[in-house]
Amino acid sequence: MQITRPSRSGRSTPFWRDERYLALLGQAVFLAILVLLLGYLARNMLANMRQQGLGLGFDFLKLTSGFDIGEHLIPYDRSSTFQQALLVGLLNTALVSILGIFFATLLGLIFGVARLSTNFLVQQLARGYIEFLRNIPLLVLLIFLYTAVFIKFPRVREAVMLPGPVMLTNRGIAIPWAIPTEAFSIFARFLGIGLLLALLVYLALKIYERRAGRPARALLWACLIFIMITVAGWLLAPAQPLALDPPRVEGLRLAGGRQMSPEFMALLVGLAIYTSAFIADVVRAGIQSVSRGQVEASRSLGLNTLKTLRLIVLPQALRVIIPPLTSQYLNLIKNSSLAVVIGYPELFHVSGTILNQSGRAVEMIAVVMAIYLSISLLTSAFMNWYNRRVRLVER
Amino acid sequence: MSWKTLPVFTFLVLVALLATACGGGPTAAPAATQAPPADTSGGAGDTSPIVETVIVTVQVPAPAGTPQVQVQVAQAPGFGETLAAVQSRGNLICGVNGQLPGFSFLDPEGNYSGFDVDFCRALAAAIFGDPSKVEFRPTTTQERFTVLQTGEIDVLARNTTWTVVRDTELGLNFAATTFYDGQGIMVTADSGFTSLEDLEGGTICVQKGTTTELNLADAMSTAGVTYTPAVFDDVNATYGAYAEGRCDAATSDKSQLVSVAKGLLPDPDNHVVLDLTLSKEPLGPVVRHGDDQWFDIVKWVIFATFAGEEYGISTENAEEILNTTENPEFRRLLGVEGDLGLKLGLTNDFAFNVLNSVGNYGEIYERNLGEGTPTFIPRGLNSLYTEGGLLYSPPFR
Repeated sequence: MQITRPSRSGRSTPFWRDERYLALLGQAVFLAILVLLLGYLARNMLANMRQQGLGLGFDFLKLTSGFDIGEHLIPYDRSSTFQQALLVGLLNTALVSILGIFFATLLGLIFGVARLSTNFLVQQLARGYIEFLRNIPLLVLLIFLYTAVFIKFPRVREAVMLPGPVMLTNRGIAIPWAIPTEAFSIFARFLGIGLLLALLVYLALKIYERRAGRPARALLWACLIFIMITVAGWLLAPAQPLALDPPRVEGLRLAGGRQMSPEFMALLVGLAIYTSAFIADVVRAGIQSVSRGQVEASRSLGLNTLKTLRLIVLPQALRVIIPPLTSQYLNLIKNSSLAVVIGYPELFHVSGTILNQSGRAVEMIAVVMAIYLSISLLTSAFMNWYNRRVRLVER
Repeated sequence: MSWKTLPVFTFLVLVALLATACGGGPTAAPAATQAPPADTSGGAGDTSPIVETVIVTVQVPAPAGTPQVQVQVAQAPGFGETLAAVQSRGNLICGVNGQLPGFSFLDPEGNYSGFDVDFCRALAAAIFGDPSKVEFRPTTTQERFTVLQTGEIDVLARNTTWTVVRDTELGLNFAATTFYDGQGIMVTADSGFTSLEDLEGGTICVQKGTTTELNLADAMSTAGVTYTPAVFDDVNATYGAYAEGRCDAATSDKSQLVSVAKGLLPDPDNHVVLDLTLSKEPLGPVVRHGDDQWFDIVKWVIFATFAGEEYGISTENAEEILNTTENPEFRRLLGVEGDLGLKLGLTNDFAFNVLNSVGNYGEIYERNLGEGTPTFIPRGLNSLYTEGGLLYSPPFR
């Protein structure tokens, strides 16, 4: 648009026929219409709200919520504020997203690599997994997992004990969990010291490595030191610092251990396996982008398949994998809002309740959008930072 | 030359058109739904302005440009107008739920039957001496108040809870409470639970964003019982999870619980509603502000059914008592003595007609919600005051 054709440059073109001005004019008109449109919508909304006797404001978030939430990572009850309820939802979203991303990546990596296996059975199994999960809607998968799997587990009184002991009921799944005893504070100090020392050793060895130009196995030494101090702390503590808390049935509920509700499990499993199918394809594309010659070269150097994958293929494939992987992570976080159909109290579920109880629709939707936007942008920022780091490896 | 920008402009025009089309919707919709409260609250404060509004707008029925707000006022009649309209029309139009077995439901023969329906029939019997002169109009939750305010129905008998907002801002009058409902808790019969304390540590299924959810939290915190709420989006999800044993109990209005247990759950006999109440839900027929005569008629027809039960006057013996009784109280009620019916604008035998054709409160209850029906609800608060309930008729004098 900036360059006028040479044939015309000599003549003086009237500005209304000059493409440069026309382009500018087009943009200006577009902008004007956009502003007018948004202004009209905003005015319309405000006028309607005024008519209903409502004002815009976020003060209501400080009011008492009056409802209970089933799962909360921070203390919460009916006398807490809407704000705290929102925070409970946000933390639940964060919990399921982080765990979901972890398991989805793990599964995706396994199935992505398996998809390229030379073993026919493995390859076809991976293919079936990916194709099945990629081609059903997540909502259907979640409802299936909830109503047909996790809620069909035995009732509390007929709880099934798996070795571990892991307890399966339709109130949730409980796994043994360690709970700190009174000696834990002493042990925690050892942990802190161990971590600090390990970090110091790691840094020192890294510096030495750079100066001497020889591998110093910094990570190995750091880990060793940390483990040694931890073990020493465990043995030196006056009592056992952590006690094992096995799950059991107490009255109407599961007690002890770490309990995961069926809603949480259905959501986590659904998100993890659904996203893993997409990640598997991303991984496969990344691996296939590494030229065949690299693999052949590493094999001729005598590296086995696993080492080839770990040292040669994956580091190069990561460059291709990271950007689409980021969008899969974002999808997973946003998809967690589908929990609303199975009743896991994540951000969107809780915000719906707040909306109903406070009657503040516009504000609540705005808050929820802002929160999801912030989470997504933060995740993107982190992944972009990681992408830049990985890209530096390329020479 | 500017051909390159042409697609952009076309796009812009399309976007603009689309935007105005979409923008039109939200503007219109809230305005329409908003109309009734805005207008009726204005008239709710004082009686005389209403009469004036009515006269003015009735004479000029809805000019072309008039917003809907005024049309509704125009149709809100003043003193005596509802009865006159009903009598000249020849039947009563009664708004009902239509989907709640036991309260108002279309039976296999295509007739409405139920507890709320019977009060409509009682009203028709009082006005016309014929309980069949009533037309039922099924209403949804959203439209129920609007159709009453606009005069589309004469009375609303649709499990509607009496609250301050509805009584004032919506411009309605609750004639009397015919059914004292309350939030209840449903558990499976084999669980053996009888009180809130039994649910210590349990899980309770509840529907999202309801007052039920708040009442539950209040009641449990008052009782000091720890519990886990399992909150679901709709009726099916809530009771589906309950049926699978995800929850120890489910909570809602008792009448809804009974209806769900009998109609929705796979094993209807395995569910009991605990004998405790978490909140007050007084339900009763509703009329609009502005016609005190009509308000009185609906009120006293209901009281007549209460009094009928108290005095033991039923469909079976009404005629006999009418002819033989010497009790002045009975005679006034049945219209043998005095002119109570005329004072209401009806005939003196209005209560006799109600009790003779539809029956007293006990009969109505027994017929629709009694022990022999699938939607059995123990009478509890809905008993006469003489039997520990709340039903109490002011004197017929």
